[in-house]
Order: sequence, then C-alpha cells, then structure tokens
Amino acid sequence: MSETQRSDPPARIRQSYRDALREAHRDALRRDERVFLMGEDVGRYGGCFAVSRGLLDEFGPERIRDTPLSESAFVGAGIGAALGGMRPIVEIMTVNFSLLALDQIVNNAASLLHMSGGQLAVPLVIRMTTGAGRQLAAQHSHSLEGWYAHIPGIKVLAPATLEDARGMLWTALEDPDPVLIFEHGALYGVEGEIAADAGPVPIDRAALRRPGRDVSLFAYGGTLGKALAAADALAAEGVEAEVIDLRTLRPLDTATILESVARTHRALVVDEGWRSGSLAAEVIARIVEGAFYELDAPPARVCSAEVPMPYAKHLEDAALPQAPRIVDAARRLLGDAA
Amino acid sequence: MSEFRMPSLGADMEAGTLVEWRVRPGDAVRRGDIVALVDTDKAVIEVEIWEDGVVDELLVAAGQKVPVGTPLARLRAAGATPPPPAPAAVAAPRPTEKPGAAPRAAEAAAAPPAPPASAQPPVAPAPIAVEAAAAAAATRRVHATPLARRIAESLGVDVAALEGTGPGGAVTRADVERAASPPRAAVASAALAPPAAELRAARARQAMAAAMARSKREIPHYYLTTRIDLAHALAWLAAENARRALADRLLPAALLLRAVALAAREAPEMNGFFVDGTLRPAACVHLGVGVSLRQGGLVAPTLRDADTKNASVVMRELTDLVARTRAGVLRSSELGDATLTVTNLGDQGAESVHGVIYPPQVALVGFGRIAEQPWAHDGFLGVRPVVVATLAADHRASDGHRGSRFLAAVDRLLQTPEKL
Repeated sequence: MSETQRSDPPARIRQSYRDALREAHRDALRRDERVFLMGEDVGRYGGCFAVSRGLLDEFGPERIRDTPLSESAFVGAGIGAALGGMRPIVEIMTVNFSLLALDQIVNNAASLLHMSGGQLAVPLVIRMTTGAGRQLAAQHSHSLEGWYAHIPGIKVLAPATLEDARGMLWTALEDPDPVLIFEHGALYGVEGEIAADAGPVPIDRAALRRPGRDVSLFAYGGTLGKALAAADALAAEGVEAEVIDLRTLRPLDTATILESVARTHRALVVDEGWRSGSLAAEVIARIVEGAFYELDAPPARVCSAEVPMPYAKHLEDAALPQAPRIVDAARRLLGDAA
Repeated sequence: MSEFRMPSLGADMEAGTLVEWRVRPGDAVRRGDIVALVDTDKAVIEVEIWEDGVVDELLVAAGQKVPVGTPLARLRAAGATPPPPAPAAVAAPRPTEKPGAAPRAAEAAAAPPAPPASAQPPVAPAPIAVEAAAAAAATRRVHATPLARRIAESLGVDVAALEGTGPGGAVTRADVERAASPPRAAVASAALAPPAAELRAARARQAMAAAMARSKREIPHYYLTTRIDLAHALAWLAAENARRALADRLLPAALLLRAVALAAREAPEMNGFFVDGTLRPAACVHLGVGVSLRQGGLVAPTLRDADTKNASVVMRELTDLVARTRAGVLRSSELGDATLTVTNLGDQGAESVHGVIYPPQVALVGFGRIAEQPWAHDGFLGVRPVVVATLAADHRASDGHRGSRFLAAVDRLLQTPEKL
C-alpha cells in the first residue's frame, strides 16, 4: 500500500506567484545560513509586495533586515557582504528606485571580478519589481530590465511562471556572479497550481511554453500571459502560434530562439520595454543574424508606446502590449495567408 | 518581321514547356538577351534570342508545352513599325506591381509642368514627376522573403513571376511552393508549372536513358585507349599556378579540354554529327562537358568555341558552367549543339572510362583519374603522372586509324602545355 502511495504523481497545491517567491526565500534561508534578505520594509512590514511576510518571525532580524531608504547604500552593503562570503538577497522595491543603485550594480557588482583579476566574485542576488499595468504612473511603471541585460558581468532573470518564481532564486544564489531577478508587479497575485515539491530550476535557457508551427511569439515576465492569451485567440482562427518564454534576458538563449524561428519562419517579440533600443530589438537582431534564411516575413515586435507611462487606466492599457495587439501583429506577419 | 521559335535544346528534345516570358510586347531585345524560360524535362533553360528587334506579339502563353520549332513570338525590326499609340500597353504593370501604380506615374510624367501661377518659381512639380516616372521605369526589386528565395532557388522557381500573398504583398514560402506544384486544374492538359526538383530529376534521368539507349541501338561504337604522360603538363601547371592568384589558377581539366578542342579542329570525323546517314563535320568546336549533379544524374552543357579560347578562359567558363549546371540555370546556348563530348572522371574517378556517344555526335573522349604509374622512357623505368585517355567513336563516321591519330594529337598537344 505504501509502495503505491510513493509512486503517485507529486501532489499539486494552489499558490500565488507571491507565495511561490516566499517559499523560495524560506527554502534558501533554511538551506544555507549565509543567505539573508535585506531591503526597504522587508522585515516588519513584510515587504512592499508582501513577498517576505512572516519571514522576520521565522528567521529573525539578523537574516531579515530592514534598511534605510538608500538604494546605493544597501546595494553596496549587499556587495560587501557577498565579497565577505555571505549570500545576500537584496530587494529593491521597484526598478525605478534601482537607478539610485546603478553605480553599485554596474561599476561594482558587475565589474569587480574583472577588476580584481578574477579574485573577487560577487555572489549577490538583487530582486526587484518591474513593469506597469497597476496605475502607478510614470515614475513607478518602468520596464528597464532590457537596460540591465546590456551589462556584461551580471545575469538577468525574468520569472513569469509559478515554477520559475519558486525555482530561480536558489539557482541564482548558487551562481558565483551577481544575478538580477525582475518580478513583474502584475504577477504577484496570479494564482495557479504548482507541484508541492517544486524546487530549483535552470537559469540558462528559454522555455517553450506552447508549441506551434505558424508564428513564434517571444515574451518574458509580464508579457508571457498576454502572449499565451494571444496564442489562444489565434488558435481559434486556425493559426498555431508557438510561445517562447525567454526567462533569462542575459545571457539570451539564442539557440532556442533560432530553433523556434526555424520551425515557424515568423517571429514576433512582445516586450513591455520601450521599443527603441529594447530587448526586443536585441532578440530581432539575433534572429536576423542567425536565422535570416529561415524568415518568411519581416520580424515584428509589440512594445510599449514610447511615452512616460500614463496614470489613467484607459491610457495605460493603450500604451502597453495587449493580447489583441499581439494577435493583430501576428495576423499581419501571416499576410493574406491568415 | 520574324518569328522566334521553340529552340531545340538537345538532340533528344521534341517539345518544351514555356515556363515564363522575360519580355513583353513592345520590349526591345538584342541578340543574346534572355527572353524566356523553357523546361525541357531535363532542366529549366534560359533561352536567348538570336536577333535584334522589338517583341511584337507573344504567341504562346506561359505553361504551354509546344513542339520544337513552334513559333513562340513575333519580332519586328527595331523602328520598323512605330508602336501603336496605346499608353496602357506600354505602361502595363508587372504582375508584382500594385495595379495602377505605373500608369499613375506615367501620367504624372506626361503631364505638362503647371504654369507658374504665383511669384513662386515653378520648380517643385516637375522634378517630382520625373522622379516618379524614373522610379516606375526602374526594375522593381521583387519583395520575397529570405525563406521564399531560398526555397525558390532549390525548386527552380522564379520569384519575380509570382504574386505575393505575404505581408506587404511579399512572396512567401507558400507562394513558391504553390508555384512549384502543378496546378490541380491543369493536370488534364499539357500545361505544367515548373516541376519540383525531384520530378525534374526523374524526368532528366528518363531523357538521358532514352538518349543513351538510342546511342547504343544505332551507333556502332569502337573504342581506343591510350596512356598519356602528364609529367610535363603538371609541372608546367604547378609553376603557372604559383604565379597566379588563387581565383585564376588552372586545373588539369582545362588543359585536357583544350587539347581535345585543338585536336578536334584537325579531325572532322570526330567533331560533328551523323545525320540522315552521313557525317556532317562541324565548322567549330563546341565541347559538351559531362557534369554530374549532386542529386544524381548527368548533364553535358556546352563550352562553346573551345578551340579558340585559351586555357584561362576555358577554366573560367568551366567553373561557371559547372556551378550553374548544378544550380539548374543554364542558357539555351549552353545546351544542345555540342559537337564533341568530353567526360572527365576527375580525382576520385576510375582509371578509365569508355563512354556512350551522345547522338547525333560521333565521338566521346574520356579521361580517367590522373595517377602515378610506372613509365618506361629512354630505356629507364620511372614514375610519372599518367592519365588514360579513351575515345568512343562512331564507326559509320570514322575508323580506328583516324581515331588513333586523333588520340595521338591529344597526347602531343598535352606535351606542350604552354601552347594550350
């Protein structure tokens, strides 16, 4: 009887993206005593997005540390702790505030290994919220992960699923170099089913989220759900869209991207960043460099309108990539054949 | 007024399918211009025209299969009859253009410049109109996707002839594949779209089989073999190539072809055709060169006037011919009227080849691989690079004595490579 029970598929539990992140922290804090979390309001308040709620009670103030409102200072402290042998997780409330720590991230975290001739690795994880869609207006709605993906010396992750929210953190902590994790603000409340024993996942490859043969939709983070919704709508018209979740924005998994284009011969990149100089631009450049002779239509992208993000709901919705716009763009790629 | 007829693109060709016109009524053509694509069952050939003039009327539509000799188009001398005053015909849009775009541009060009209505200098309208007309007149780049172009090349489809259904009217893979498969409605008729590559390969194999069977049935072959010492030729070649840029270097094949061409000029019994029971020697030497296709099969395109071109020119033309044969884009002048065929097995080949004459030719020269062999010379035994040259010849046109003299001439010519 017990034999039978053991071979049952693992139980699945219902969980939110936020819960999955919290479980990831709890797991990391238990596994490795060098791991600690610090950031604004992560302790007594439980985190601005409630990711760390309850962790202070469970792990104590030494490991769940509230910091002053100074991103440059506490990211710098995180770099120092990492250099000193700790495995810090630094939470920055939102990506716009990370600009205050840009010097620490780019000039120190990303460069120290090189500047020290390979002596000083910085095993630091920085988490932050990114993206728009919650009426937080122009100063708290950026999608600047594409900027960070420009910087050699760091890795940039964009968990879009419960499994990745649960599994990327530990893999990032094990990486000897700085890893930035961008959590889209619209995802925290998303609920779904996840294996009760879900654990670490690789952070070096993109994932095929839905196979298709007519067009490839490349998305990540907050746009993955929109791309999948668009693929559903396209399926109702007889168009089989393949959806690739980029997952890791730096280094990009170029091989998976090119393989998908070789299957579908049409590429559409969905990116909440502004179009000019965007991550979408980089993905398309790689497609053109590596799969030019596979292309049966010019690569296309759906990005955010190049305006400061409006506060008004209808204007914000209009400025962001949405499933209907993705469907329209995919139809145009298919020409008259669609 | 003259007629342009379906050419014979091979002795075994009885009919051809007009795949595509490259000219329209009213177009001026010059001798050597490529005016149409014809599918001979062996390959799609770019057909050249042999006189200057203006295309008056196209008599056969694309897709029709007609016997050799059928008039395809009427041609008038340039300037003989002024073209009828039908601007619509002159400005007829190419299929790939948006309907109406060209006529609009033509109207714009024809419109007199607007009179200066104000003190403003009347410069703006005229240049714009001229530019528009020039843009319409210039050959428009066909919008085809990279994938469509790649597949079109492998299937032998001309993307310029297709109507695109992709974004912005671009020709897509689907358009190319539709064009490459025979239209369902036309299956009953003789009309055929360019067949897919495999289909053409199968038909080429059939055509070759028919020609070879006819040759063995009708031509009483005799065979001669001689071994030729290439030590001197290869030494000269090595020294010559050391002086040349990589792109201009010569292969032994160029010397072999040149030697055969020069020997053929002096041997009318080897160079010509056997037609209606008599030998008709050719006035020039056009060598058919056997080229094996990667997907299997053999095509023998023509290296024209090989006796009047030096080894460098022969090498350059041979390289070009082999590349285009394998890509399936030969011109009509490169197929069909070879006067003598050479088959060269090359580095990887067997020692010798006794070929089958390509009717109605009267001889075929074969070269095996060049290999080091023991060679007696002046009472001493040495090792020399040697090639076995063979002659398969038509006993109705010549005999072994003449054949031997021909092969001896090839040998002699190869001993003075600097003169080739």
